[in-house]
Amino acid sequence: MSSKNSKLKILTNGFLNENPVLRLVLGTCPTLATSTMASNGIGMGLAATFVLLCSNVVISALRKVIPDQVRIPCYITVIAGFVSVVQMLVKAFVPALDASLGVYLPLIVVNCIILGRAEMFASKNGIVDSALDGIGMGIGFTITLTIMGTIREILGSGTWMAGLGELIPALGKDFVIQVLPESIDPFTIMTSAPGGFFVFGVMMAAATWLTTRPKKAKAAAPAEAVEGGNV
Amino acid sequence: MDNKLIVTAAPHITSVDSTQKIMQRVCIALVPTLIASVIIFGINSLILTAVTVAACVIFEYLYCKLVGREVAISDFSAVVTGMLLAFNLPATLPWWMAVVGAFIAIVIVKQLFGGLGYNFANPAIVGRIALAMGFASRMSTYGFPADATSTATPLASSEGIDYVTLLLGNHGGVLGETCALTLLLGGLYLIATKVISPTIPVTYLATVAVLSLVSGRDPIYQLLSGGLMLGAFFMATDYVTSPTTTKGKIVFGLGLGVITCAIRFLGTMNEGVSFAILLMNLLVPYIEILTRQDRLGIAKTKKKEGAAK
Repeated sequence: MSSKNSKLKILTNGFLNENPVLRLVLGTCPTLATSTMASNGIGMGLAATFVLLCSNVVISALRKVIPDQVRIPCYITVIAGFVSVVQMLVKAFVPALDASLGVYLPLIVVNCIILGRAEMFASKNGIVDSALDGIGMGIGFTITLTIMGTIREILGSGTWMAGLGELIPALGKDFVIQVLPESIDPFTIMTSAPGGFFVFGVMMAAATWLTTRPKKAKAAAPAEAVEGGNV
Repeated sequence: MDNKLIVTAAPHITSVDSTQKIMQRVCIALVPTLIASVIIFGINSLILTAVTVAACVIFEYLYCKLVGREVAISDFSAVVTGMLLAFNLPATLPWWMAVVGAFIAIVIVKQLFGGLGYNFANPAIVGRIALAMGFASRMSTYGFPADATSTATPLASSEGIDYVTLLLGNHGGVLGETCALTLLLGGLYLIATKVISPTIPVTYLATVAVLSLVSGRDPIYQLLSGGLMLGAFFMATDYVTSPTTTKGKIVFGLGLGVITCAIRFLGTMNEGVSFAILLMNLLVPYIEILTRQDRLGIAKTKKKEGAAK
């Protein structure tokens, strides 16, 4: 685990091969709920990435101190601490994002991705590796949410990146890209639950196809993906 | 060597009725309603039907080619889906929305689940519901007659419409639901040619009539308005998504009637036929299990033993 190559692999693992949402099927509830708009996806993804990185580092540092029997409560305490930090920061600086993410922001505490990576990775690996894993998984989560949000927002509202102005004040509050002309009626079902499930399923199929199709020259990467999971 | 002894597995009785033949008969049964809709809503309804049917066939062809499945457009099932979907759309709908509906019906509901015979629900119903949810305002704007004035459907109008108008379909509504007369005609043709068994439509309509009477509404008005005739004869009787046994069909029809009346009388929506059919489609596997027929020649006691296990 010390060579440069394996460090890079830990980082990029979460992008596609072990994408937390599409391959490990963790954290599906916030994924479906917050991917109605691309900007929501970015906000949620970044918040989760921050918590994931910090909690992975702390849990990895404490992995020899935490008794095995009470490890889950310890992880939750660490994660909850960072979630509170994120929540206060978002409330203070991006109140619009706090309003649109709603209950899903504090619910990062029970987000399966974060607890899952703490249990599966941070409790068994060193601080640097855990940090890389946290960043990689966080980026994978953010990318997935952004792509899902993009598809659902364009088809369901006809716009793209509405609300991004709240995240980046330089763009101005009313920043929005009108993708579909106003004359085309948006397919509003895409922003509600059925559309979310549909886009989720299609993306999951695409990710599975991309990772499991037979490789031409290279031997297939050993998949240590953990199947199943929920919430 | 013609009298070779051929040993095959059951079934030994085969019918000359192929999927193609059955689907063609359904198409024939739908034609009078199509003609009626052209008379009522103008040439737009014919164009919309043509676009929807063409889109369904093309999507079916493309998807089969894409995944290397045997191209089955010659069995006419995509044509039937297209016609039924078009019958569920208002004549004023922009044609590209109909194409979206055709994509949902053929690719998502039918082909992604394995093609004809594997779809979990009637493709046309899901296409209609997705469009009704996605383009709510367009899907409830009924141009009548051919000009742009929109009128309320019988279930939404407050003063009521007389029976003759209801029978002839000379009122607002989606393309193929208004003319009860031609729908009845088509339904009777299907029953006469044994394409469908009368069990589902009869139980469905009877349930609605009884519940209307019980709740103090005019049963004939309820039967003739909305998408009930279209749904009962053409959508609910789809082979793939309805039970196979007579007992199951009765349960299916009862459920359809109860859900339709619940939505019409108690809900905020005017019409509940499409949702009733979708909900009951989802329950079909369970109805099948609960109404399974006893095998011929098996004693009752043995069945009880099996059930106790």
